[in-house]
Amino acid sequence: MNAAPTTDAPPARPGPPQARTLRDVVFVDGVRTPFGRAGEKGMYAQTRADDLVVRCLRELLRRNPTLPPARVDEVAIAATTQTGDQGLTLGRSAALLAGLPTSVPGFAIDRMCAGAMTAVTTTASGIAAGAYDVVIAGGVEHMGHHPMGSGLDPNPRLVAERIVDPSALVMGATAENIHDRYPHLTKDRADAFAVLSQQRYAAAVAAGKVQADLVPTATRHAEAGWGLATADEPPRPGTTVEDLAILRTPFRAAGRVTAGNAAGLNDGATACLLTSAQTAQELGLTPRMRMVGFAFAGVEPEVMGVGPVPATEKLLARTGVGIDEVGLIEVNEAFAVQVLAFLDHFGIADDDPRVNPWGGAIAVGHPLASSGVRLMTQLARHFEERPDVRYGLTTMCIGIGMGGAVLWENAGHDGGDAR
Amino acid sequence: MTATTDRRTEAVAPEALVTAGSSERVTRFPVRVVDLGLFVPGAGHLALVTMDNGLDHTRPTTLGPAGLLQMRAALDAVEALVEQGRVAAVAITGKPFVFAAGADLTDVTSITTRAQSLAMARLGHDQLRRLGELRGPGGAPVPSFALVNGVALGGGLEVALHCTYRTVSTAAARIALPECALGLVPGWGGTHLLPRLVGVERALQVVVANPLATNRMLTGPQAVELGIGDVLLEPADFVEESLRWAARVLTGDVVVDRPDHAATTSAEAWDGAVEAARRTVSARLHGAAPAYEHALDLVARARTDAGPEGRDAGFAAEDAVLAELLVSEEFRSGVYAFDLTTRRAKRPAGAPDPGLAKPVAKVGVVGAGLMASQLALLFVRRLKVPVVLTDLDAERVAAGVARVHGEIAALAGKGRISADAAQRLTALVSGSTSSAEAFAGADWVIEAVFEDLAVKRTVLAQLEAVVSPECVLATNTSSLSVTAMAEGLAHPERVVGFHFFNPVAVLPLVEVARTPATDDATLATAFAVGRQLGKSCVLVRDAPAFVVNRLLMRMMGEVHAAFDEGTPAEVADTALDPLGLPMTPFALLRLVGPAVALHVQETLHAAFPDRFAPSPNIARIVTAGLPGFWADGSGAQLDPRVAELLVVGDAPSTAEQVRERALAALAQEARLILDEGVVADPRDVDLCLLLGVGWPGHLGGLLPYLDRSGVAERATGRRFLPPGVASVPVGG
Repeated sequence: MNAAPTTDAPPARPGPPQARTLRDVVFVDGVRTPFGRAGEKGMYAQTRADDLVVRCLRELLRRNPTLPPARVDEVAIAATTQTGDQGLTLGRSAALLAGLPTSVPGFAIDRMCAGAMTAVTTTASGIAAGAYDVVIAGGVEHMGHHPMGSGLDPNPRLVAERIVDPSALVMGATAENIHDRYPHLTKDRADAFAVLSQQRYAAAVAAGKVQADLVPTATRHAEAGWGLATADEPPRPGTTVEDLAILRTPFRAAGRVTAGNAAGLNDGATACLLTSAQTAQELGLTPRMRMVGFAFAGVEPEVMGVGPVPATEKLLARTGVGIDEVGLIEVNEAFAVQVLAFLDHFGIADDDPRVNPWGGAIAVGHPLASSGVRLMTQLARHFEERPDVRYGLTTMCIGIGMGGAVLWENAGHDGGDAR
Repeated sequence: MTATTDRRTEAVAPEALVTAGSSERVTRFPVRVVDLGLFVPGAGHLALVTMDNGLDHTRPTTLGPAGLLQMRAALDAVEALVEQGRVAAVAITGKPFVFAAGADLTDVTSITTRAQSLAMARLGHDQLRRLGELRGPGGAPVPSFALVNGVALGGGLEVALHCTYRTVSTAAARIALPECALGLVPGWGGTHLLPRLVGVERALQVVVANPLATNRMLTGPQAVELGIGDVLLEPADFVEESLRWAARVLTGDVVVDRPDHAATTSAEAWDGAVEAARRTVSARLHGAAPAYEHALDLVARARTDAGPEGRDAGFAAEDAVLAELLVSEEFRSGVYAFDLTTRRAKRPAGAPDPGLAKPVAKVGVVGAGLMASQLALLFVRRLKVPVVLTDLDAERVAAGVARVHGEIAALAGKGRISADAAQRLTALVSGSTSSAEAFAGADWVIEAVFEDLAVKRTVLAQLEAVVSPECVLATNTSSLSVTAMAEGLAHPERVVGFHFFNPVAVLPLVEVARTPATDDATLATAFAVGRQLGKSCVLVRDAPAFVVNRLLMRMMGEVHAAFDEGTPAEVADTALDPLGLPMTPFALLRLVGPAVALHVQETLHAAFPDRFAPSPNIARIVTAGLPGFWADGSGAQLDPRVAELLVVGDAPSTAEQVRERALAALAQEARLILDEGVVADPRDVDLCLLLGVGWPGHLGGLLPYLDRSGVAERATGRRFLPPGVASVPVGG
């Protein structure tokens, strides 16, 4: 196309950049609803999943008043089951329900347990590439309204052609498979880890740490009337190893996985605010951590819980940060044994204080697609308490055989080298 | 208690108000303790009460005797929590979209004695006032918060008024005290609390002026603007943010500064406002609806009912008024009218199976005049299908289409419809001089040509030649025989009367007239179209002037006859004032237009020569082309041009004689309408008058008034409705 320019041609546009510079992505703020127990007796039994998301979106905007809502470039909300009150392209419909301007787009995303984590990494990539300045990423799972596996129609080839082991679709069974693979990760160790999780969570609540990022959430119930969720429902403080020893093993006879050393079935939502470093400065937002990198990796689906191991190895290799440089780790506790496998691989003690300092999902709960952002929100709080720590890791296992890991740098790092 | 106790005066226990077989939708009041500490550290706990009748928002929560007993138990529980120091405050809210919609009227007819009505008044007061009178262990006031999340009517709004503070949702609609329109007063504290809260003038607006203005209601933002609410919050997290606001009030972070208007308003200003309102009410209702007078009296005394003792006295005065009004004929008529317009209007008696209705995807309007344009606008707005106007004259067609397009543009200009919607509607309206072209493919054609049988018969015959055999042919005739119009057609079964009331965009009634030939599919289509148009349809048999115009013309005919005989204009025109009708007969004549009125009167005279006679004086006014009797429509002075024309007799009547005569004629005509089967049920006569001409609820439309005033029995030898249907049963 070599048309001769006319004399009154408009001024030339700048044109696309010839070479791009990646931009730093920062985590500004994160919130979550209190987590509930799924089911008829749970506090969110008659509260809608999308309303839990709306509550988080509005709280983020309220807590960050210098952010003009129209500056949000994307709202990415994860849910494993995207039907019913988790349907209608959650990111968009929740944004509208939350009163964001109609100009703000949104989408729904799914990677089972790592849904919110993937909402973060996907939108962070967009920020890094210059497609977004400000995003909200989060997740929700109302496991009472959407029990695990509801509405699924697995392809019969998966099992018939042995693409996956039949146990791969039952998460508890995959945890039993890890016990089989690593016999030294015993039920006693798993139970001890679970008790520690409950104790650490209870201590964090008693110290008022967990509450800072909880969004008080109205609960509606036809019989009980309106209520207000202000605390997590799943924890069982005071649990002892003796209590856990007598629990049944629902996934196999003489098994090791119990309701006590696994995360429960829960309802809850999370959301966080990510921006480019420049945009945070422009809008007067305070970055709390910088994303160093992320990685996802696949494993055999029947041992999906070991997913964090290759994901973290891949992440460390790509970023050039050694595991010994990572001073804080938030690892999702889908099952105690799966966390133990991760720690064992990296030579970290079961009770290492760097790992899940406020306890984990075994205590607080694991509303599948929401949990990734809870890990990040808590890591950001740990960083505030520990300016001497430079790097922190958030990682989690993912159904159907995957792991995800995100490495963060403490924005308040004081140059110390605590590990 | 002994056998000799008079049941009428004996005090009635609240529990006795709950009747066996009651249909009250009992509201429950669950109480939960919530922690405000996450909002503001140290804010403590609050008892959160929800009002919920267990049904969805289409059946709003109401307060009946059984519900109020539930409220009593809930507030007992709240008081225990306060006593134990477990909560620092109480809040009350409703199920989604509804706060509370007032007293439960479903069982109100079971209240037959003053003792029962007094007990009902007291039960409401006794529970609601507890929300404003909570005291902690040390005697300190415990604040209460109403979270007005949605509909708050009557007693529901009074629940909020008793609270110390009110948050209001921006999405809340229908906030009002409509009691006066029903024949009651807002007597569960409303007349005492509201003027002190927002000032006397604003309170009178809500208590008196809005009910008088066809029950105007407030939105959430208006309620806050008026001072009823303390803070306006968005609906997305209304409960949470209301509780946050409550936490901030409890910790002193937010201070609400509100004067007690009773203390800051002078006696002159207060009483002057009440008297001004009294004059407005009197000019409109002439004492026909005593509830308004009572409400004004109660608002007047609210200023001096100061302090706890004054409050007791004010509430007792409200109780006394409610006790009287709950067993008044006006209130029973109001409840009857309310039931007709809210329930019967939605389920038209005698309508065929809605499944028989034929789809309407294209509409034709014969004529391009003012009425035709109004119909075209209504059809295109509501049905959103192509609408074609026709006329013989291309210029008239162009003018008609332009008029509709102009109305659409005006709606868009006022922001009532979006620009896109305006473009959509504009594109749907067209005109033609060829009915063959215009009405091809039409499913519904309505004619609005000149009221002349021969003209209309020609129009229908021509229409039949160009439309499909299934196309419904509707006529908007007000008085001509639909049957006669359809005579000679190949398919008279698809002809139906579809009579609107002017202005068609405003008045909600359509009389659907069935001829002996009209089939069920046509009739079902007419009802379906009426519903889509947002109208309430009443099925009538094809008979001259159907129901509304026949009764109005009969009444006007008697008033005009009395005038022609020599009754002074001001006497004749005000004779019916004690009924509190929306306008006088002469004002109605001016609105309808003397020519149209005369024409209808002539049609009725042809059908019923012994009862309807055109007034020679009105004929003179029509011939002279004058708009009516009064010089400026005000009722103060005869138009001098009219005065010159008049020929009147020398046999004047008194106002009372005119009234008696007009009412007796109405009773006779209504009886004939029923006996002839124009409508089968007296309730449909009242429904027609309530919706078609806005006759007031305190008359119950018309028939309850004719019954209770004795006119029905004097004029026709019997009542229209059995005692108890729209009246207090005797000997209860």
